Amino acid sequence: MKTTTQGPEGVPAPPSRRTGTREGGARPGFAPDGPGPRVDGSLRRRRRLDKLTVALFLAPALALFVVLVVGPIVLAMYTSLFKWNGFGGLPEDFVGLDNFRRLLEDEVFIGDLRRGLILVVLSVVVQLPIALGLALLLNQPLRGRAFYRLVFFAPYVLSEVITAVLFTMVFSPSQGLVNQVMSVFGMEGQEWLANPSTVLYALFFVISWKYFGLHMILYLAGRQSIPKELTEAALTDGAGAWQVFRHVTLPLLGPTIRISIFLSIIGAIQLFDMVWVLTGGGPIHASETMAVTMFQYGFRRSEVGYASAISVAMFLISLVFALLYQRFVMRRDIEGAITTMRDKR
Amino acid sequence: MRVKHLWLHLVAIVVGAVIIVPVAFGVLGGFKDNGQLSTDPFGLPDPWVPENYTSILGSSAFWRPMFNSALIAAATVVLLVLVASMAAYIFARFNFRGRELLYTLFAAGLMFPFAVAILPLFVLLRELSLLNSPLGVILPQVAFGLPMTIIILRAFFRTIPGEVEEAAILDGCTPFGFYWRILLPMARPALATVSVLAIVTSWNNFMLPLVVFTDPSWWTLPVGVQQFQGQYASDTARILAYVVLAMLPALAFYSVAERQLVGGLASGATKG
Repeated sequence: MKTTTQGPEGVPAPPSRRTGTREGGARPGFAPDGPGPRVDGSLRRRRRLDKLTVALFLAPALALFVVLVVGPIVLAMYTSLFKWNGFGGLPEDFVGLDNFRRLLEDEVFIGDLRRGLILVVLSVVVQLPIALGLALLLNQPLRGRAFYRLVFFAPYVLSEVITAVLFTMVFSPSQGLVNQVMSVFGMEGQEWLANPSTVLYALFFVISWKYFGLHMILYLAGRQSIPKELTEAALTDGAGAWQVFRHVTLPLLGPTIRISIFLSIIGAIQLFDMVWVLTGGGPIHASETMAVTMFQYGFRRSEVGYASAISVAMFLISLVFALLYQRFVMRRDIEGAITTMRDKR
Repeated sequence: MRVKHLWLHLVAIVVGAVIIVPVAFGVLGGFKDNGQLSTDPFGLPDPWVPENYTSILGSSAFWRPMFNSALIAAATVVLLVLVASMAAYIFARFNFRGRELLYTLFAAGLMFPFAVAILPLFVLLRELSLLNSPLGVILPQVAFGLPMTIIILRAFFRTIPGEVEEAAILDGCTPFGFYWRILLPMARPALATVSVLAIVTSWNNFMLPLVVFTDPSWWTLPVGVQQFQGQYASDTARILAYVVLAMLPALAFYSVAERQLVGGLASGATKG
């Protein structure tokens, strides 16, 4: 883990580095960390310049972030309280929490949650173990492993849209690859993407096709940061390959695994591109996700108030999930990776 | 040992086939006509039909989105790296009240799914008259790229020894001079990493250009692919050809920038 090698995240740069020259240094532009021996006019001027530097350097990032990231989320919270078709100025028809009440009774939205959960469980049970297995495989001194890694990870750089269009063709009922392969083996083909009972699994296959390489790369990096001495020591102590995996490799990969599960879940919450192009959410909502439902209401049916409520729900779900996950699952690993507040404790 | 490796190779080859076969199906399918696709999906094209590829390569429906994607990716990267590195420099090297709070605010941006913001962002961009303008895609992409970029750059800036800064200051460097002439050049590997991540993210972005650009002349490649699929729904071979051609820039980029991409994702994930 990178964070352990460079000291705790968020701790101010070691004072020893700065104080020496800062107090004696003749250059303006930096304030010393403590009161220097020469607290006079020039020092005060230096402090002012320092503040100016901080302000000027932070301003562009802060402005963009506040207007285009924080702003929209606040705006979504506001518009979610209105019935609004999205046209002209700001909404006026205040309806309080009605949109959220409707959300809780909306079968499509409840279905979105259920389908999201299915995708997450499938990922954790199927996709991530495969990725882990392949990472361990590529950690072996195997000829051509650099090439295998290159191939396995390649789908990650393709956009979800391109992947989805390609697989629309692969799953196509008449000309598609899958059905043609099945017919060679004498099996009955399927309308994979048009059948409500298969579409979610077809979608899961495409997601895994594109993303298992990412998880594999993370595991591989995690595996390579485990010192050789540990596994070698276990082996000389007479542990079998499985025991080394179970009691040395797996526990030490814990932090990486927890991050990769985190990424899977955040990915499932906002899954849009692939579904939109592959199935549009259909048939009869069988592959719809929260983001697709939101998009349908917001951009196709002009129910912007209700769509905003879905956005806010997505935001709250990811926020609550991220905080709980940080607090209870990842706390031992990377305290302060997302929040550096612990330095203040 | 030999036998074990044989098994490992077998597993690796099967997985590799699962990756490569759909892509090969696309590449070869693009050289067939639709009749061949139905009757003989596996075999080599007979005869080879290059028209699908050549007609797309000769049409602006392909080159225009390609150009737009490249322009938007380039502008996004330049702006993002500039703005984020300035902020990361401050977070890495200066002490001031509220620093950790501000940094936490940025870092927490990692947890906001982009899909959450798309609808209000659209409303906002409409009010700012940024619809059908490349800035309407570039600026939000920069804003949403800040958290990851700042986190990676700040960590890197901290590894540069304080002595370097002290020497620069003794030699008469201003804070800006240090940032511009010393810190940025020293941070080239980290800048390469975050640039590669930003290029891939921008190149593949679909949702934002989809809602911002109603004018087809601004469509980016992902939007172009999706619209092309809608337009030629029954012409499978032609769609396959378009998809294959649209993959090429990303795969070419991957082949030269794999190291930065892999390194960036690994370090980004452990920090985020």
